[in-house]
Amino acid sequence: MSKLLSSDKSTVLFLGNEAIARGALEAGIEVATGYPGTPSSEVIESLAGVARERDLYVEWSVNEKVALEVAAAASFAGLRSMAVMKQNGVNVASDFLLHLTASGTRGGIVLVSCEDPGALSSVNEGESRYFASMLEMPLLEPADFQEAKDITKWAFELSEAIGNVVMLRSVTRMSHASGNVICGKLPVKRRKASFQYEGPVMDSQTGPMISTPVVAKHLLRQQKLKEVRRIFDNSPFNRYIGPVKPDLLIITGSACFLYSCEAVEMLALQKRAGILKLATTWPLPPKLLEKYLRKAEKILIVEEVMPFLEENVKVMASGIAGRIGIKTFFGKYDGTLPSAGELNPDIVADALGRILKVKRKSLPANYLKDVQKTAALIPPREQTFCAGCPHRASFWNIHNAVALDGRKGFVCGDIGCYSMAALSPATGYHTMPTLHSMGSGTGLASGFAKLARFGLDQPILTVCGDSTFYHAVIPALINAQHNRADITFIVLDNAGTAMTGFQPHPGLSVSALKEVVPAVDIAEICKAVGAKVAVSDPFDLLATGQILTSFLADKGSLKVLILRQACALSPEKKGKKTFDVLVDETRCLGDACGCNRLCTRIFRCPALTWDRDKKKAVVDEVICAGCGVCASICPQQAIVKTEVSTPG
Amino acid sequence: MRVDLSAAGDCQNGGQHTGMKEKTLTKTKNAILTGVGGQGNVMASRTLAHMLVDAGYVVTIGETFGMSQRGGSVMSHLRVSRDSVKSPQIPRGGADVIVGLEPLEALRVLTVYGNPQVCVLYNSRPVYPIGVITGELSYPSGETIRNAFERLSSRYWEIDATSVGVKLGNPVLSNIVMIGALSKTGLLPFDRRSFEKEIKKTLSAGKYEINLKAFDAGADMIK
Repeated sequence: MSKLLSSDKSTVLFLGNEAIARGALEAGIEVATGYPGTPSSEVIESLAGVARERDLYVEWSVNEKVALEVAAAASFAGLRSMAVMKQNGVNVASDFLLHLTASGTRGGIVLVSCEDPGALSSVNEGESRYFASMLEMPLLEPADFQEAKDITKWAFELSEAIGNVVMLRSVTRMSHASGNVICGKLPVKRRKASFQYEGPVMDSQTGPMISTPVVAKHLLRQQKLKEVRRIFDNSPFNRYIGPVKPDLLIITGSACFLYSCEAVEMLALQKRAGILKLATTWPLPPKLLEKYLRKAEKILIVEEVMPFLEENVKVMASGIAGRIGIKTFFGKYDGTLPSAGELNPDIVADALGRILKVKRKSLPANYLKDVQKTAALIPPREQTFCAGCPHRASFWNIHNAVALDGRKGFVCGDIGCYSMAALSPATGYHTMPTLHSMGSGTGLASGFAKLARFGLDQPILTVCGDSTFYHAVIPALINAQHNRADITFIVLDNAGTAMTGFQPHPGLSVSALKEVVPAVDIAEICKAVGAKVAVSDPFDLLATGQILTSFLADKGSLKVLILRQACALSPEKKGKKTFDVLVDETRCLGDACGCNRLCTRIFRCPALTWDRDKKKAVVDEVICAGCGVCASICPQQAIVKTEVSTPG
Repeated sequence: MRVDLSAAGDCQNGGQHTGMKEKTLTKTKNAILTGVGGQGNVMASRTLAHMLVDAGYVVTIGETFGMSQRGGSVMSHLRVSRDSVKSPQIPRGGADVIVGLEPLEALRVLTVYGNPQVCVLYNSRPVYPIGVITGELSYPSGETIRNAFERLSSRYWEIDATSVGVKLGNPVLSNIVMIGALSKTGLLPFDRRSFEKEIKKTLSAGKYEINLKAFDAGADMIK
């Protein structure tokens, strides 16, 4: 049995995302949707894992906007539902979200945004809390694992109490951290779905679900927010820890609460600093905040990443300044805390130390000096494509074709493991100089291609992964064809949403629920759009190189090359070598070759290393995935591959 | 089973405690597991954490994975407390135990989270960073690394866990070899019985035997 279904009152170690999933189960959720994205993916994954036992409908949607729409349909029909995404996914869903908060909702619906301060697994550290204030919907931020479960459960009740969507925000250090959770009851009753639409237009429980009349519905939404403030003032999830009259009041929430507690402990400031932990961060609970703002003259706001709480607390404090007096605020605006990147206990402790003028106990000076000297000897570990990764071969092909073409062609990048080609330029053989949001590689390429009339004479290429293709690329591809953009578009099809853990996507014939579904074929879509389409195996350097070279020479049309090879970490491939690969020492000429160490210096596979004593290349058998691509690049044919008779 | 935490992990007294003596916990135990993406770091930290939760502790793990899977450094902060949830990030200089699946990563963590009392267990098998493979950077010698641990930790153990994993048929088993070795050091309050109980729940019968073998092989490497 999945630990997600552990019995009432049992203590279980849950990942923050599993705690959110358990909370949804305890709330009696019927429908859960999402698009994979670190650090959010485990919520939907774990719900999909118990969908059969709990009779849920769970889907990986094509993108976040559709995920929210699918979840909203369930809410409109009276069921409880949840849509889960990473921070920038909320941007994708935001157009629908704007209208959803206006039409209102019925069955409890929670939008879960798992965000990534410090961009540990993102190419942005955007945050979605501002959507809550901008779209006037309640925002909840759990501060530990038990709360992640309990607050999720409560979010559904809140959503039903006010007839609007509730946003729950987590961060990497919560979603991808784990801790003890005491489970509650799993409900037995099940709701029946039915969609009523014949009632009056202003009655969101029986009438049509629309955002008009706009002004009237907008006022209704604001009315709901008033009710939320009252509820938040009494929420048990907001609490204060500290002395009656602290020298400093820390206002915080989310993982920053844990950092703050640790910082107070590190500096032994329990008698001087108080912590007001807010779980309800929009709208702010007015009475509660007034009560605690009165307690201290100095206020420190600890949050990630933008000064969202800080701004809203300051606005509230200025409105009641006559009653609470003038306060001194510390936070992001005055530079007490960094305005970008994630926080940690050390950063918060340093801030506390500066405000309250206390020194932190330090390690012995000679130890620190030795540590510093030692740290200088440690080479950084740059991220790179895994051994056996099809992307390395794909970019090798792209680089060589672009170099042969000689017109300084470049690749517009996109989001996936292949983003590494831009993040670490040598890994992508310096071919991919742009990287933005999902689907924007093709949109940018479409734009660059139209600059020929202004003198731009470089060939334009773009890449995207298979999951990204469905998510956001199709409109840009159609745009390219409609506007006759001359681009070479390469789909790096590695048979799954590899970066986030092999979630299925519409190109596969399996769904989140492991049901057989029709596969939507990328090549057929591209052909229907009107592009010239070719398919190749990136490991076949010769064939792929020929197609790319001919595509670059073929001016004036939209060309699509689908490079198909499963990810080296995919369940069907992992640990199974196609080839045994070794370096024949008698053939490797080492430094004398004249290749200038093409294999180790340029190709950059983690499994192909350099033996400093023998001054020759050597394959690390433990790391080698057996793809055999390196055997095709050695000018001396010194890298030898032999097919493994029975892979396994 | 409840094994007391404060009785475990006193490596200055030889690190050979079995951890069975009953005492009151006074301090959170901070351990960091580190390695390179693909070495099974996350699996190892979760296995440890599950055992400790079963033993009655409040455990917090903070993990760095995701993109770091792709050949980058991976780190799990494991915090074991008698009573409360902790920050998923350990403060600088705050580690009691460092378990390195790769020597360079163990050293990297030591230079941020180490202190004169820290105990270190590490796998001697290097995984070379790309910058080293290309020849732009150099990897410190085994001797340099040993010397650094000698100076900067109160006790350290170096074992070749990867070779044991390879001998058992799969190099990724080295993470379990390390857990076995860790049990013998007494740095964290768990033993073979708790490991057996844990993998019985999580692993298929086919994988159970080989994992137990890896655990035992690791334990045998700590004298």
